[in-house]
Amino acid sequence: MTTTNDSSPTGDGSQVDGSQGDRSLPVLQHSSRRTAVKGAFATLGAAAFVAAVSPLRQAAKQTTAAEFMQTHYKRLTDEDKRQVIERLEAEVKQEHGVDVDIADDRPIPGTKFVYAINLSVCNGNGKCVEACHKENNHDRATNQSYIRVLEMPKGTMDMEHGNTTYSGVVPKDDKFYLPVQCQQCDEPPCVDVCPVKATWKEEDGIVVVDYNWCIGCRYCEAACPYHARRFNWKQAEVPADEINPDQSYLSNRLRPVGVVEKCTYCLHRTRRGKLPACLEACPTGARVFGNILDPDSNIRWILENKRVYILKEELGTKPAFFYYFD
Amino acid sequence: MSSTTALPTSEDQRSDDSHLLSYPRFLKRILWLATEGSFGFYAWMTLLTALSLVGLNAWANQVAGGMIGTNMTDHVSWGLYIANFTFCVGLAAGGVMMVIPAYLYDDEDMHKVVIVGETVAIAAIVMCTLSVVVDLGRPDRFWHLIPGLGEFNWPVSMLTWDVIVLNGYLLINLHVVGYLLYMRYLGRKPNPSWYIPFVFLSIFWAISIHTVTAFLYCGLGGRPFWNTALLAPRFLASAFVSGPAFIILVMRVMRVTAGYTAPVGPARTLIQIIRVAMVVNLVMLASEIFTLFYTGGAHVSAAKYLFFGAHGHSGLVPWMWSSIVLNLLGTFLFFLPSAMQRSTVRIVACLCCIVGIWIEKGMGLIIPGFIPSTLHEIVEYSPSLIEWKVTVGIWAFGLLVLTVLMKLVISVFGGQVSPKEPTATT
Repeated sequence: MTTTNDSSPTGDGSQVDGSQGDRSLPVLQHSSRRTAVKGAFATLGAAAFVAAVSPLRQAAKQTTAAEFMQTHYKRLTDEDKRQVIERLEAEVKQEHGVDVDIADDRPIPGTKFVYAINLSVCNGNGKCVEACHKENNHDRATNQSYIRVLEMPKGTMDMEHGNTTYSGVVPKDDKFYLPVQCQQCDEPPCVDVCPVKATWKEEDGIVVVDYNWCIGCRYCEAACPYHARRFNWKQAEVPADEINPDQSYLSNRLRPVGVVEKCTYCLHRTRRGKLPACLEACPTGARVFGNILDPDSNIRWILENKRVYILKEELGTKPAFFYYFD
Repeated sequence: MSSTTALPTSEDQRSDDSHLLSYPRFLKRILWLATEGSFGFYAWMTLLTALSLVGLNAWANQVAGGMIGTNMTDHVSWGLYIANFTFCVGLAAGGVMMVIPAYLYDDEDMHKVVIVGETVAIAAIVMCTLSVVVDLGRPDRFWHLIPGLGEFNWPVSMLTWDVIVLNGYLLINLHVVGYLLYMRYLGRKPNPSWYIPFVFLSIFWAISIHTVTAFLYCGLGGRPFWNTALLAPRFLASAFVSGPAFIILVMRVMRVTAGYTAPVGPARTLIQIIRVAMVVNLVMLASEIFTLFYTGGAHVSAAKYLFFGAHGHSGLVPWMWSSIVLNLLGTFLFFLPSAMQRSTVRIVACLCCIVGIWIEKGMGLIIPGFIPSTLHEIVEYSPSLIEWKVTVGIWAFGLLVLTVLMKLVISVFGGQVSPKEPTATT
């Protein structure tokens, strides 16, 4: 400690001990009063701080230590996964009194799932939207769904002219209908932008989210050109008797608040050999789903023989989702 | 950081203390000094503390109740927080406009006050970081971003680049400011090899923080309004207005309240820079507007909504025209000869440009990226009370940090600059 320091404005005794003593001693009384006032202010400030953050204590109660410490899905061992799923099932049981079965459905080797919609047939009845809503345990009050249907005037493919809030009897003569959901892109911008690798593309082409790893920055929502992603602005509320108990870790289990979610081609169904809920619900037969690697599949025949349209193809996202016409 | 980097200067130690002990003691002492002041100073600090706590409380409620407390939606998924973040990055980058004249052009007068720019950068980066943290849906999972502990999606995600450049810039400035103040306090001449390389690094780094932040947006093909190569250059040009303008205001406050009178040269240099940067910014804005509207098509729909309203929705129109009027007025005032004097005109010009650019880079840039949405739906956005409280809290905390840092600078430099002292510069 050197002596060139100007003034000598130091305060209490603890400040003085390090100096070399060539400085005039501070007026102790004045200084200690000042210290006391500062101390009082600091105490007041600390108390106000504690009061200000008190709502966090409530939030902290909802997060267990195990959940906080849980690592990325891909780093979990089979034993870790078993424990995590057990914990999640117990939480649902405790909060909703419902027994749910959360599986960890993995991709089937040699499978690449692809979806196609026949725009000549779709009549905008919206059954797919509703089926998605129920199948994926979406918030009831907000009528959430992974699918939006645009009512488009005939003669254009420009979505600028579309309307997602149409009502009345469908189909209308001068309209056609364009359902949009996650396109499960082969070059997904949402996956690229995620800062923590909480979302990725699996071997069967499905883009998934680890709801227990997502930090909720919503960069993926900004990056997606298809409005496919949804954020849990609040805890989704589903009545206990309406909860779909057939769940999977990476798809339709009840999602925590503050994270992003998306369409998973109903992987909890499709990886078990069933069809997506939106397809099963469609009364027009406009929806076709299947494994494009299977040369005998219906979807393969359609893509090879029909006139096919790709949404926002110019963006280079390479969707695994196609629209076709008769 | 600075304590360790300052360690190896093994010249004649006039004290037996190692820097490891002496640097923390120095910090402790100047922090004590920084809480000494007049009644007005205490009133100011109390006000800022109170506002910070209001913001903290609003954020705590947002975390407890979910982000439904904000007015953001799946359509407009970023709002006031990210808008404010973008502006604050520019503020931090703007400080480099003091560093360049001081170190690249050896402007002696600028050299004396360059520490003000570096200090503003520190406070601005603090505000940037807070603005991002409050935007997270799961702040409890913040550790997922830490390389090694979490999963850091570098180099693919531009957000990870932003984490690196912002934290790097903070560390560089903490080191430079801390080292220079410490040497000054010890009465030593700073050893150039301990800070000059960092100063030059900071020049490139300052450019990088705003470029990377622009890349966050302009790399998204699904958002035509942001998807323009002009975004990063525009960010830089506006940063070189808002940053210097803010620094001029800070120096004015230091002169009026603490009698810390800087030479007249630096502010004049800054105003010359502002004149050029603002004209460049406006030219680029005009170029952007021409390209959008003359071409028409899908790219213009967001701009149409922003400037004139679309399909009966016009929530951003008052914001954007206020910004344009303020920017033009500020530019005009900066070109008046009286702006070169210590005049009211100068202060008004600074305020006009700061507010104008805050809107232009914030509400006028982030929100129209989402309106219309990617499916061409129009869902409007205006910030909720919680969002305003949190943002005011972040500004109050940033100004609190800035005030404390400025007190440190003033108490160490103290206006005691004597030509006999070997440390008269910096």
